[in-house]
Amino acid sequence: MSVPNSNKTSASALRNISFWFAVSALLCLLLVDLDISTADPWAELSLMAAGALSPSVWSWPTLLSSLANTFAFALQGVTLAAIAGFALALSYRFTLVRAFCAFIRSIHELFWALLFMQIAGLSSLTGLLAIAIPYAGTLAKIYGELFEEVDPAPANNLPVNKRRPLSEFFYSTMPLAWRSMATYTSYRFECAIRSSAILGFVGLPTLGFHLETALSDGQYSEAAAFFYALLLLIGTLRLWLHKRLLPVYLVAVFYYLPPQATISWQLLVRFVSEDIVPAPLRGQALVNAETVNNLNQWFYALWQQQIWPGLVNTVLLGQISLVFTGLLALALLPLNSSLFLHRRWKRGIGDSLLILLRTLPEYLLAFIGLLILGPSMLPAILALGIHNGAIIGHLLGRYTEELSLRADANRGITLYFYEVLPRIYRQFLAFLFYRWEVILRETAILGILGIATLGFYIDSAFETFRFDVALLLILVSAALNISVDQFARYLRQRLQLKTVPESL
Amino acid sequence: MKDVLNQPAPLFQFSDQRLQYQGRTVLDKLSLSIASGERVALIGESGAGKSTLLKALREQHPDQVAWCPQQPGLVPILSTFHNIYMGALDSHSLAYNLLNLIKPLPGARTAVEPIAKQLGLEQQLFSSVDTLSGGQQQRASIGRALIQQRPIFLGDEPVANVDEYQADALLQLICQQHQTVILALHDIDQALSICTRIIGLRDGTIVLDAPSDQLQAIDLAGLYGAS
Repeated sequence: MSVPNSNKTSASALRNISFWFAVSALLCLLLVDLDISTADPWAELSLMAAGALSPSVWSWPTLLSSLANTFAFALQGVTLAAIAGFALALSYRFTLVRAFCAFIRSIHELFWALLFMQIAGLSSLTGLLAIAIPYAGTLAKIYGELFEEVDPAPANNLPVNKRRPLSEFFYSTMPLAWRSMATYTSYRFECAIRSSAILGFVGLPTLGFHLETALSDGQYSEAAAFFYALLLLIGTLRLWLHKRLLPVYLVAVFYYLPPQATISWQLLVRFVSEDIVPAPLRGQALVNAETVNNLNQWFYALWQQQIWPGLVNTVLLGQISLVFTGLLALALLPLNSSLFLHRRWKRGIGDSLLILLRTLPEYLLAFIGLLILGPSMLPAILALGIHNGAIIGHLLGRYTEELSLRADANRGITLYFYEVLPRIYRQFLAFLFYRWEVILRETAILGILGIATLGFYIDSAFETFRFDVALLLILVSAALNISVDQFARYLRQRLQLKTVPESL
Repeated sequence: MKDVLNQPAPLFQFSDQRLQYQGRTVLDKLSLSIASGERVALIGESGAGKSTLLKALREQHPDQVAWCPQQPGLVPILSTFHNIYMGALDSHSLAYNLLNLIKPLPGARTAVEPIAKQLGLEQQLFSSVDTLSGGQQQRASIGRALIQQRPIFLGDEPVANVDEYQADALLQLICQQHQTVILALHDIDQALSICTRIIGLRDGTIVLDAPSDQLQAIDLAGLYGAS
């Protein structure tokens, strides 16, 4: 039953790429450790469930101040990122600016935090910069792409006697892009609250700090209180973070937590001129054959012991998590679609579940997973899949609302596979490829929890004060993220997928 | 009116009914009955209420109707084969349908291939429908109606995008395979040659209802534009 090659199918390219992604994930599954190493995961899980049902606050001042710190870092960070990102977006047509933005956003906020901690300690400045820098790179990209996408007619219709590019921009392009910019920035703010909470895991005084302590000590009732505080903070944003109140909140957070740090200039100079310089090059005025030889050996040893295994594990885990995310997103999308949940209240519950899963930071999920299942790749895969799958599932569900089906369309599973899945598949791949870079960034960072991805080696290097190694590994992880981003971009163009994201 | 007592119960019946489309009343005080075996053409300007009437007709017997809407509603990246087969989803198990989606099954092919051949789509059977021309897409949509093997065919301009010669052949095919046929048409000659009864709609009311052998093209021209 061979099908002649003359058939023109738009599905085959999508099918092929999906097939190869699935095959690669299956191959990766064979290579990674997925064991459950805890003696009795159910016991731990039931302890956690008991804790979740009986939250207790051991100190209200601690809870409230960590809540305020989480909010303050996020708001300050995104504000600074929006300003810097906007400035960068104005010159986004220059390749150098694009590359710079790609570089700063390819380094995860936790890595930025670990870097700044060496210079500025556990200070408010460290928290602010750790969020502001990568977010500026992301916002610059989004703003820049929005500016390119808007209708060029209003700009082209302006008189051309004397060019005032910036004025023209503010009168034509900017008003058209404004709404999308505001929507996207507010979505990024929600992400920033998650990032801010997670910064606590490396020592900053946000919710994550107390979450980590309580979870590690098995104090699940106390952990639950901090956990609910985080959910409540994100869940109620819409109710109290109004546009007009924003200036008030801004003044308040800068008054409450002014960005400051006691920087020892001596330490800074040493860090830049010595600590981060590869060990064999330190104190070498001239580069001679011996130094080059030493450097080679240094790099070769690192490559064998850390860079290569870290890279391989990051890619393996990232690939499995990406495919798992995709499968989960496709399974979850009916929860937010009136095609499958006809009653309003049912869809309300379904979508709330997706939003709840989306609200949980993957780093926290992975940490909880490790406590239950023990150290392996399994908790990381579950955490990345659940968080990202819920995000994409929510968006896809909303996308199905725009489909217009025939009056005699089928229902249930048949409707899903024959009508809905083929129609949304392009959009699904577009979302998934957009998320790829994010998933890989997160994969690297989960190493800090003990899974042997790049983050594991980076964290160990910081712990042993080998900052040269840490920086090199961070650069490797940045290079990996940039390459994957480029590859995903290439795939989106080749498969003619929509290139501008809504809220990823 | 013929002798009412000898007539079988009508297949479709409206008495003094109001039909709405998206909350707006399109047809008011509608009284109409259509018997099994009739071939009815609905004639009238766009917006006269033809589509709304067809929709209401379908709702009276959803299980007996093969539906062919104006927007074919094909699934773009699926093949012609799958788009035609979709009419028969109800008569197979879920497992069979899903397997057939992954790899066309012999049984489904035997059902779809003759229909595709009748419609002149055998060359495009395994091409995605979004690579087909407008006329070919419309034929695929008719195919989806044909495979259902239902007694009633309801079509909203089912041949508007194909040329006149093909259109006649397609309408003949539709009439051969269905006991009762109700079509919204804009081509008056087609309506007169294919159908046994013409219903003219204007501004939401029936302004003409007569057997087609008592009518001529000139009688229907008034339904379009100024009369």
